[in-house]
Amino acid sequence: MPETVRDLTATPGQTIGPFFHYALPFDLDRELVPIGSPGSVRLHGRVYDGAGQPVPDALLEIRQADGSGDVPRVEGSLRRPGGDFTGWGRSSTDRTGRYWFSTVEPAPTGEGAAAFFTVTVFARGLLNRLFTRIYLPGDDAVLAADRLLAGLDDERRHSMVAEREPDGSLRFDVHLQGDRETVFLRYPGHEG
Amino acid sequence: MDTQESVSKEIADIHAGASGETQPRVDFPPYRSSILRHPTKDLRHADPEGAELVAPVFGHSDVDPLEADLTIQAGGEPIGERMRLRGRLLDGDGRPVRRQLVEIWQANAAGRYVHKRDQHPAPVDPNFTGVGRCLTDDDGTYEFVTIKPGPYPWRNHHNAWRPAHIHFSLFGTDFTQRMITQMYFPSDPLFALDPIYQSITDQRARDRLVATYDHDLSEHEWLMGYRWDIVLTGAHATQMEAEDDDA
Repeated sequence: MPETVRDLTATPGQTIGPFFHYALPFDLDRELVPIGSPGSVRLHGRVYDGAGQPVPDALLEIRQADGSGDVPRVEGSLRRPGGDFTGWGRSSTDRTGRYWFSTVEPAPTGEGAAAFFTVTVFARGLLNRLFTRIYLPGDDAVLAADRLLAGLDDERRHSMVAEREPDGSLRFDVHLQGDRETVFLRYPGHEG
Repeated sequence: MDTQESVSKEIADIHAGASGETQPRVDFPPYRSSILRHPTKDLRHADPEGAELVAPVFGHSDVDPLEADLTIQAGGEPIGERMRLRGRLLDGDGRPVRRQLVEIWQANAAGRYVHKRDQHPAPVDPNFTGVGRCLTDDDGTYEFVTIKPGPYPWRNHHNAWRPAHIHFSLFGTDFTQRMITQMYFPSDPLFALDPIYQSITDQRARDRLVATYDHDLSEHEWLMGYRWDIVLTGAHATQMEAEDDDA
């Protein structure tokens, strides 16, 4: 019989530290679909600290639905055998704080819902992970009706929506602190 | 550079005003790198939906069982104390998190990482990379064989040393359970001095990051055994599998 774990308080998080680069990145980690493949989009941006300096040692992960609004539950999220769309990717930032993903635009997962990427952010200096959402731009009525966005003032609501760049890519910067601080999320059951 | 004494005083002052917190503070100035890297606005409540309710799925096509043994990844035996580390990964309701990815990384026995940014003048071990992966089993159990990592110096303040630790990257069944943490070893004299560990202001919560020595996991004339269980936050999604196997 397995030993019973009696204390069900969540284990504390700790910072990812500076030395994750030889452990967590994997081949094609930020290419949920091949670059330039039909229907693909580039999601990219930079991570900034409270002084406006880029953060060169952050790690972002995205989790998303596919273009039909289905959230993949297929095995193979590290290797993507056969080119399966797994709906999850990982990108470390480069020396200029940039991250990027090659993926597809998620469709809403419910009728009338807004479409978004879920994001988790890790960094040296950041003592626990942070969550946010990157909403797709375009349908203002749907965005206005979203429960999370509806509770925010205009500026903060706007900051959760990706910007469509002239080349068709989606731009979303993460500000860990400061006037333009990203809206970070707490889900039920999370302390903080 | 600040002295350990002044950093320890800052830690003590913060702890004096804290009580019962179970997670680290992200605003914890004794860890100097945190000062400009933590949000200052309140986290916004969100009810999880869509992709937030579904963790990515990993399987045997992703992870070779040999990746759980960090002592066999190069041509020869790494130097240091060989150890086994075993524990269970549970959600906040005590259900095992099954067939899920666990990733670890760590310094070698001399306290040196295989990372170009690690400038600590301790030897690199050609037979040790310090990276491992495994999948939990149907009971939520993970297991690694590795070398006990050494403590190492860093530049937070003068004569700053990190207690020996292993980094863990963890997934649950919901994506909202995603977390990264560090596991420590019992009775480390550096605990009281370390602002990363002490960013968790409550002793009971700090204790949850410390493995226990488990003699039953040790092997005669071969290795030392440690046990460390991990509890994630609660899952929100309806469980996809029957809960009949915890009985």
